[in-house]
Amino acid sequence: MAQLLSPPLKDDLDIVIPTIRNLDFLEMWRPFFQPYHLIIVQDGDPTKKIRVPEGFDYELYNRNDVNRVLGPKANCISFKDSACRCFGFLVSKKKYIFTIDDDCFVAKDPSGKEINALAQHIENLLAPSTPFFFNTLYDPFREGADFVRGYPFSLREGVPTAISHGLWLNIPDYDAPTQLVKPRERNTRYVDAVMAIPKGTLFPMCGMNLAFDRELIGPAMYFGLMGDGQPIGRYDDMWAGWCAKVICDHLKLGVKTGLPYIWHSKASNPFVNLKKEYKGIYWQEDIIPFFQNVVLPKECTTVQKCYIELSKQVKEKLGPLDPYFQKLGDAMLTWIEAWEDINSPAKTAPSQANGAKKDESSTKQK
Amino acid sequence: MNQEDIKDSDIDIVIGALQPDLTSFLNEWRPVFSRFHLIIVKDPDLKEQLNIPEGFDHHVYTKPDIEKAVGASSTILFSGYSCRYFGYLVSKKKYIISIDDDCLPARDNEGNLVDPVAQHITNLTTPATPFFFNTLYDPFRDGADFVRGYPFSLRSGVTCALSCGLWLNLADYDAPTQALKPQQRNSQYVDLIMTVPARALLPVSGINIAFEREMVGPALFPALRLAREGKLRWETIEDIWSGMCAKVICDHLGLGVKTGLPYVWRSAKGDPIESLKKEWQGVKLMEEVVPFFQSVRLPRTATTTEDCVAEMAKSVRERLGSVDPVFNHAADAMLQWVKLWKSVGSGSSTPGGA
Repeated sequence: MAQLLSPPLKDDLDIVIPTIRNLDFLEMWRPFFQPYHLIIVQDGDPTKKIRVPEGFDYELYNRNDVNRVLGPKANCISFKDSACRCFGFLVSKKKYIFTIDDDCFVAKDPSGKEINALAQHIENLLAPSTPFFFNTLYDPFREGADFVRGYPFSLREGVPTAISHGLWLNIPDYDAPTQLVKPRERNTRYVDAVMAIPKGTLFPMCGMNLAFDRELIGPAMYFGLMGDGQPIGRYDDMWAGWCAKVICDHLKLGVKTGLPYIWHSKASNPFVNLKKEYKGIYWQEDIIPFFQNVVLPKECTTVQKCYIELSKQVKEKLGPLDPYFQKLGDAMLTWIEAWEDINSPAKTAPSQANGAKKDESSTKQK
Repeated sequence: MNQEDIKDSDIDIVIGALQPDLTSFLNEWRPVFSRFHLIIVKDPDLKEQLNIPEGFDHHVYTKPDIEKAVGASSTILFSGYSCRYFGYLVSKKKYIISIDDDCLPARDNEGNLVDPVAQHITNLTTPATPFFFNTLYDPFRDGADFVRGYPFSLRSGVTCALSCGLWLNLADYDAPTQALKPQQRNSQYVDLIMTVPARALLPVSGINIAFEREMVGPALFPALRLAREGKLRWETIEDIWSGMCAKVICDHLGLGVKTGLPYVWRSAKGDPIESLKKEWQGVKLMEEVVPFFQSVRLPRTATTTEDCVAEMAKSVRERLGSVDPVFNHAADAMLQWVKLWKSVGSGSSTPGGA
């Protein structure tokens, strides 16, 4: 009988899943996800019981747990929005995070083979990035590719990869106006590429299918104030992406995008989306130039320092746009404080793993 | 200009002939090329007569033509792979598509023959989006669009002035890479077109390229010649050099550069290890130029491509002249090119074109 290879980074990676409905989608992912530890962040009504399929090793946090773990700092974690997922990033103890939405399923590549999205993300994260010079054959570290003629040798070592941004077949991640105009459009194009997003270039980071090195960039992966009680929604991952990219550029870390694909099954209601996004669509026009022009001082040598500096600039430069940004800037600081509280080595806080609620019957099958 | 408005007569296909017998090359390309006018420029160092099959609307330029147009002392600019730049100079069309003479049509993942002319023209006649990265790549492709989070004010894009295609089989690797991996072949047909973001530098390969002649022509020049430049792609760097200048200039003028499809099928020629001896100079020079390109800024007063090239030449001389004399020669050649472009070429350009 063939010896199965141990799943890569089995003990170094957590899968963070925000959910308000159910976790049935995990059944399809079982062959790829079962070896890994899950952190489920249950949004919405904490009294609802979310059933986790048998055989998965997990911790589950509902809103009560979030409040208990963070105390007054819990106000930085969004409610009624998948932005709450970043609570999972906060409490994880692993080096790597993979986060996926509960309406994302296993996709197939053009040969019909099922795509192990997690394995591809791991490959992306473990190989260097090349953000300082664009390689026309895309990721030079992929099997079968390389650096092209003219690519400077001094830049071929690359830099560590902090973020791996995956894509989606079927329902594309469009904004509400585009959804309204093209309700039937489906993404059927499988683009067999991974690439580093060049330094100085911003991108729209989608949280549906995303992995990152928590040690390299974790504190920057705050998904903002969205949802209940907030004037905006569906900009959580965007916000985290812009902050994280600016910081990655400053700290010489790489961000990759492209493979893997997942199959996105659910199209959210475009009218509901429009209401959530509406302010964002206008604010974006000011937010983008802000991020494009942000300069982080040389003294910001850690992610936390960069993030704190960023929060100051957000309040100063975007505050005039809307008081929301003052709140957001404050929440960014709260997030960093919470991050330090929970992740500082000295802390052996009782607040940490107690959020875990394990089903008696859920034991890892090996 | 919309793609529907583009006529076949708006396009010149420029082929640099480094080998005398173009029969099989042109016959393979006949289904794609036969509609268009071809400018075939014979490498001035090539002694044999060119062999061109029937049925193509073409014009051949040889050493005497080059000498007549630019003077005998300039002919050196157009030797080897650089001969095709003469074709860029004398063309009067709106678009130029140039493919190396060792490339043949490729097939896509469905087995269909790729028409690089049509794809390049599509790339050039749809906007580029250099100011913000779209994660679904070219939003103007069928079945794609801008994703959530893409600022609306940036969705109209800018004119795409340069389209860089790719290569299946023998990719455009440098000699060290090819020597290390002699069996490596590029078999991945990546169904992707994207805009290269503003301020990102890239190696522009001249093997499979297309551009808007008036906008970018002045910025594509055979200026950086290696001391032991040869007749193999591994032994040249002129396209990389001018491509980087062109990208800086496009960024400055608000023009777009796309990369990705179309693919051509490139076949093997030569020994990379032999080329390694020659190309080390090119590889070393690249190390010197990266910081220069990353930081060079063009003055706001440079509003035409020709002005930009002149400014770049100045910067090259000032900042790289002392690093290696080859850069002083390059700066001279760039200025000479602008002069030629103005006198031999059919007129100056402004960004935004027709």
